[in-house]
Amino acid sequence: MPPLCIDGNEAVARVAYALSESVAIYPITPASPMGEYADAWSAAEQPNLWGAVPGVLEMQSEAGAAGALHGAVQAGSLGTTFTASQGLLLMLPNMFKIAGELTPAVIHVAARTIATHALSIFGDHSDVMAARTTGWTMLASSTPQEAHDLAAVAHAATLSTRLPVLHFFDGFRTSHEINIVEPLVDDDLHAMISNDDLIAHRRRSMDPEHPSLRGTAQNPDVFFQAREACNPFYDAVPAAVQGAMDTLAERTGRRYNLVDYHGAPDADRVIVLMGSGSEAVREVVDHLVDTGEKVGMLVVRLFRPFPTAAFLAAMPETATRIAVLDRTKEPGAPGEPLHEDVVQTLATAVMTGDLAELPDVIGGRYGLSSKEFTPSMVASVFAELAAEKPKRRFTVGIVDDVTNLSLPTLSDFELPRPEGELSAVFFGMGSDGTVGANKNTAKIMAESTGQHVQAYFVYDSKKSGATTVSHLRFSPEPIHSTYLVEQADVVACHQFGLLEKLEMLSVVRPGGTVLLNVPFPPEEVWDRLPADVQELLMERDLKLFAIDGFGTARAAGLGGRISTVMQVAFFVASGLMPMDEALQAIESAAEKTYAAHGPLVVNRNIEAIRAAADGVTQIDIPQKVTSSWQRPGAIERALEIRSVTSDDVTELFERVTARIIEGEGDLLPVSALPIDGTFETGTARWEKRALASEIPIWDPDLCIDCGKCAIVCPHAAIQIKVFEGDALDDAPDTFLCKPFKDRDMSDHLLTVQVAPDDCTGCGVCVEACPAVSKESVGHQAIDMEPADEHRDRERDNFRFFETIPYPDRTTINMNTTKHTQTLQPLFEFSGACAGCGETPYIKLMTQLFGDRTVIANATGCSSIYGGNLPTTPYGTNAAGRGPAWSNSLFEDNAEFGLGIRMGIDDQRAIAEHLLGVLAGQLGDDLVESLLAGSGAGDEQGLADQRERVEELRRRLADVNGDLDASARQLESLSGVLVRRDVWIVGGDGWAYDIGFGGLDHLFASGADVNVLVLDTEGYSNTGGQASKATSRGAVARFATSGKPTPKKDLGLLAMQYGSVYIAQIAMGANERQTIKAFREAEEWSGPSLLLAYSTCIAHGVDMRHSMDRMDLAVKTGYWPLFRFHPGAEEGTRPFKLDSKPPSQPVDDFLTTEGRFAVLERSDPERAAYLRGLAASDVKERWSYYEQLAGVERRLTDDTEVSS
Amino acid sequence: MTAGNGAGPRPTYSFTDLEEDELSGAGRIVPSGPGAQGEVDLTATYLGMHLRSPVVASSSPLTGQIASLQALDAAGVGAVVLPSLFEEQLEHESQEVDRFLGLSSDVNPEATYGYAPVFEDYNRGSVQYLNLIREAKAELDVPVIASLNGSTTGGWTEYAKMLTNAGADAIELNIYQVAADPDRGGRDVEAETLDVVRDVVGACDVPVAVKLSPYWSALGAFAQRLVGEGAAGLVLFNRFYQPDIDLETLAVGPRLVLSNSEELRLPLRWMAMLHGRIDASLAATTGIHEPTDVVKVLLAGANVAMTTSAVLRHGPGHAATLVDGLRAWMEARDYASVEQMTGSVSQRSVTDPAAFERANYLQALTKYSSEYVT
Repeated sequence: MPPLCIDGNEAVARVAYALSESVAIYPITPASPMGEYADAWSAAEQPNLWGAVPGVLEMQSEAGAAGALHGAVQAGSLGTTFTASQGLLLMLPNMFKIAGELTPAVIHVAARTIATHALSIFGDHSDVMAARTTGWTMLASSTPQEAHDLAAVAHAATLSTRLPVLHFFDGFRTSHEINIVEPLVDDDLHAMISNDDLIAHRRRSMDPEHPSLRGTAQNPDVFFQAREACNPFYDAVPAAVQGAMDTLAERTGRRYNLVDYHGAPDADRVIVLMGSGSEAVREVVDHLVDTGEKVGMLVVRLFRPFPTAAFLAAMPETATRIAVLDRTKEPGAPGEPLHEDVVQTLATAVMTGDLAELPDVIGGRYGLSSKEFTPSMVASVFAELAAEKPKRRFTVGIVDDVTNLSLPTLSDFELPRPEGELSAVFFGMGSDGTVGANKNTAKIMAESTGQHVQAYFVYDSKKSGATTVSHLRFSPEPIHSTYLVEQADVVACHQFGLLEKLEMLSVVRPGGTVLLNVPFPPEEVWDRLPADVQELLMERDLKLFAIDGFGTARAAGLGGRISTVMQVAFFVASGLMPMDEALQAIESAAEKTYAAHGPLVVNRNIEAIRAAADGVTQIDIPQKVTSSWQRPGAIERALEIRSVTSDDVTELFERVTARIIEGEGDLLPVSALPIDGTFETGTARWEKRALASEIPIWDPDLCIDCGKCAIVCPHAAIQIKVFEGDALDDAPDTFLCKPFKDRDMSDHLLTVQVAPDDCTGCGVCVEACPAVSKESVGHQAIDMEPADEHRDRERDNFRFFETIPYPDRTTINMNTTKHTQTLQPLFEFSGACAGCGETPYIKLMTQLFGDRTVIANATGCSSIYGGNLPTTPYGTNAAGRGPAWSNSLFEDNAEFGLGIRMGIDDQRAIAEHLLGVLAGQLGDDLVESLLAGSGAGDEQGLADQRERVEELRRRLADVNGDLDASARQLESLSGVLVRRDVWIVGGDGWAYDIGFGGLDHLFASGADVNVLVLDTEGYSNTGGQASKATSRGAVARFATSGKPTPKKDLGLLAMQYGSVYIAQIAMGANERQTIKAFREAEEWSGPSLLLAYSTCIAHGVDMRHSMDRMDLAVKTGYWPLFRFHPGAEEGTRPFKLDSKPPSQPVDDFLTTEGRFAVLERSDPERAAYLRGLAASDVKERWSYYEQLAGVERRLTDDTEVSS
Repeated sequence: MTAGNGAGPRPTYSFTDLEEDELSGAGRIVPSGPGAQGEVDLTATYLGMHLRSPVVASSSPLTGQIASLQALDAAGVGAVVLPSLFEEQLEHESQEVDRFLGLSSDVNPEATYGYAPVFEDYNRGSVQYLNLIREAKAELDVPVIASLNGSTTGGWTEYAKMLTNAGADAIELNIYQVAADPDRGGRDVEAETLDVVRDVVGACDVPVAVKLSPYWSALGAFAQRLVGEGAAGLVLFNRFYQPDIDLETLAVGPRLVLSNSEELRLPLRWMAMLHGRIDASLAATTGIHEPTDVVKVLLAGANVAMTTSAVLRHGPGHAATLVDGLRAWMEARDYASVEQMTGSVSQRSVTDPAAFERANYLQALTKYSSEYVT
């Protein structure tokens, strides 16, 4: 079988699938793709090694997946799951059980950071280290090839040893690195898996033909002994694993050992580590040994049970200094786990006489959260080992100026360049296909030239306008560089605008090549470059190539997808292959890649490829700087376009956030970062990403003051203000306004203003605008127009707009769209996808209640666009008030929010008690009014209570003597005397699946909390996997063949409590119902649940029509609107249907959503079958709701309705 | 004005005198001629194919599903025309699949594989259509005609070849265009269409029919030129989905209105005028709802009567009503065969050919006034 050019996840999934019968899955980054592959292959009925199609079952959480795995293996099946990070932690209880019962099973882990002061999706070993006490065998892989091979070793060893195996490899660095993998063929796998072991496993299964009892409860008399009974099985593991490795070596020639030593046979300095970092160490060791240094490295592949004998045998006797590197942190421990194991092993060997002298062993941490681990860092570790008195504990790769543990990185250390290697770095944007093109390039090079390739991709955390950086290496020799390209032969900038924003050319090697995608003719290129870029091109004697990538792609009918065009341009600029061969290979790759997309798409790509070859131009470098502008920094950019002075920029923003925005986060020292993960809010407004090529432009003559544009804007980039005429005194000439059509505010003016640098250009506002020109229906009160033509003017206007004060909240009619949209959004300019259906709900919530809200946010899209560094869209009003936001976990958000409520209420109880204690000093009137006003939720009541609290603080300042302590306590608690709302926000993956248990408990609690479920009907953040909110017939990851079961009705489930306020809302269908539901939910004194239909890019629709999709969902009965008010009185009907009976067939909705329609293309019969069932679901649900709407409240006694 | 009696070898009469009750055999006009006794021969010849009846199921959703195709077959149709394969639609769907598969892939570090599951193969529209041809060929006893609406020169021939290779017995080119470009005159449009027909005829080894709209100037001459380029038949006429304005949204969109018998007159005229004048089969479509409609178009010169709206409205079984009605009418008048009656009232056959040209409207008006205006 020819070599494959695949990433680590696929490399592992191929083996795991072939060797499994039952696969339990649940999405978590970066392990999700393994489950996705398994699901897709199962849906395509691809057989495993034994000819059967493995069953693949998505569970509600990793805890569920582990439970299902436990059951499957107890039933005698070959069971597997995939996970990472918190997911692995949720599996721990079952892992103890599976190991304790000596049951074969395998978990493949794309090792990822555990959330502590912050969540991180990136890679380190903190998750697997938390599992090291479970009794599972633990195998570590360093490369995609190793991960492929050791996956087979894991499955073989678990059967032969009866112990379950946790096989791990580094998240992203290995799981997502594309490299050459020599695949194991069926004969290899058959050779490794013992049939006898398999049969023995099945014979041990729970079987009523041969019944047995497992999972007993044991008492102190026997538990301990029984626990020790497994010891021989652990003793046998090293030999069994080595045996599997030996078989693999016989079959493939690829030799692995439990512990592998590499380096000088007589090394005095040795580094010990696991995982991908060992590849970087290998490069340095080879180089240093070549230069005569006596160094070596020891890679631990079997971590549990720790192979002491193999370790001692592998370690050179000459080693006197050993550095053990751990990719994890165990605060408070004398050393990190591997370090401790090594010290223990060596010390024991000395004690038993197996080792003459104890080497000096130091321990260090590296690479947390995928922090780069480069040759210069490795060199600094070897340098430290050579120091007279090396640091006992250290870190490498960061600057620790607090506890001074970090080693200095040897910046002048450089590895010799491998002969024939070419490396390249590409800067692009997510939607332009840069990454896809580079994946293709890697495959072309691997398949056409037989070269070794490596491709690794870095993404930023934004969902709209995200930048991608691709790192590619090509070499005749195997590539071990498990770190980003540090010196590139070619740097390609696929988006000219990024040249201004990012420092990208510093990575280009002197004499190297720069390739630019430019939206102008070649002769203009030089003069349009920033001065510093021109200087660098000259200084480094670089070659410069340019192509109008977008023009070429557009001409070929490919719209904004420049992938194939830039791919060709790269081959031209790099000279990587003779062009005729390259073109042939690229065309052939395009045919393969796009075959499933149809001949039209293939032909257009081929046309683009041919045009691109002629479109690349080499630009002469004139050896003089002609440009006068320098690239501005984040702060400069923000200052330039906002009505602020540098005094307005916070110190933290300037010192930390701005540098992260600028891509300099790696340079920040320990002291720069907040110690507990706490950051300021209101920072997204400083980013000014200027993404939009078109922005909405307002025509006041047509505007009808409806406020729809503002309420639907996902990014708060259209805002409305109502003001009196004198506010316009300093207005720019271009600032537009119109008389406000309102009976009570007839003397006011209204303006609708775009934030031109914060708009993503999604166009949702334009689609929502109902005000159409009588003369030309194509012209509305808001039209999208080219940003370049309007940006400067709108910047001026927006700058002025921000100086106009927001209205007094007590004067606002909170029931209408047009009035609520004059309230300040305390959630603006998020990095959510353009057209996001979720964010308008959050924004509205902050407009209505943001100044008194605490948000518990489940992990997911909303936590990423809400709280992923560098910035947050949550902001504050002029008084400094705004949402306080936190994310605990994915699975516990309801409990977290409930706890917040409990914490607030308990503190208020203390405060109220202290008011009583201090009433004599404070005055009875004030105390009584404070007590009476602490629950007030209306705007006037809130304003009055805030004033009373201010008065309270003034009076408390004068209290001293015996009551001083009580006064100071009350002072610290006084804030909770003003009503505080708790909003629990999350997606459907949380609410319907992983967090449902907690949510259910919250419903039962009766607590005054508000739950906002942003229902996209799938796991949007992790790539669109199916959840229980996914509708029947929808295709999603983990539901490749279309979800066969109907959507769970969460509202109905919650309704059974009778005490939960529930509303199903869809802003695009009825924004007034949405506003009403938000207000009723907030007012209800018990739990409230808002189920908010949220259009998502995973639906396969044009997000410009985000709101139209909601409207159609409601009109077709797909998403009925309703409110259930538990406060309804006897004889009234608490369930109100707010939408009309379906006026269009649901097919009109289903057939126009990609997620449903795509099944029509892949499996028309199943699509038709499921669509029929989906239509029945809609009818039945509507019928049931109609009946519910007629049900009258019957109270069981004469007490008040429970709250 | 009435047509003359016995002026030629075939019976002649006015179409407007044909009434429903004649199908019962109680008609006022008794034709004479051979084959007055015995089983009538309903077979027809269309595009060189021998059909068991001259009633053909035209392109419609009913001919897009095997079950309804089988029902049409059972109802006695002579052939079926599958729904039109629209090149533009295929392109659109291809682009949609491309967009969906490429949707936001490689944007987000947590969704690096995109949001859509990757299938090994997406059965694009053309593949489904080819499968429909294959299945229809396997399941039906009658010829299967594939219909194609291309939009590019290459597309017409490429897809026509695919349809032929999949087993279509004939190709119907659905020339559906609105010549709205102010810079392109009628000559250009005609030339382009003739090119398409020539290319497709050259690329396919099955007969090719051309379905036209009535909006061509000098249709007779154009028809002749189409035949000159190799068209084996003409299908008259295409009904455009005319746009409409939604007064709620002020959006413009197509609106489908099924035809009625009143629309028969236009194809009827052209059947009569072209019959015997061009060397090609003629298919009348639009307005064939009742057995009388079938009779009329055959008399006028159509080789087959194609029906869409009526079977959509009444179901596939309605084809049997049409066939049975035709048979009854023929039996009542002792017609031996469809061939015998085909074109018997065509322009060439009637005593006053001008009746089909300008004078016909005068007659209609006269009759109208004589019946309702006194």
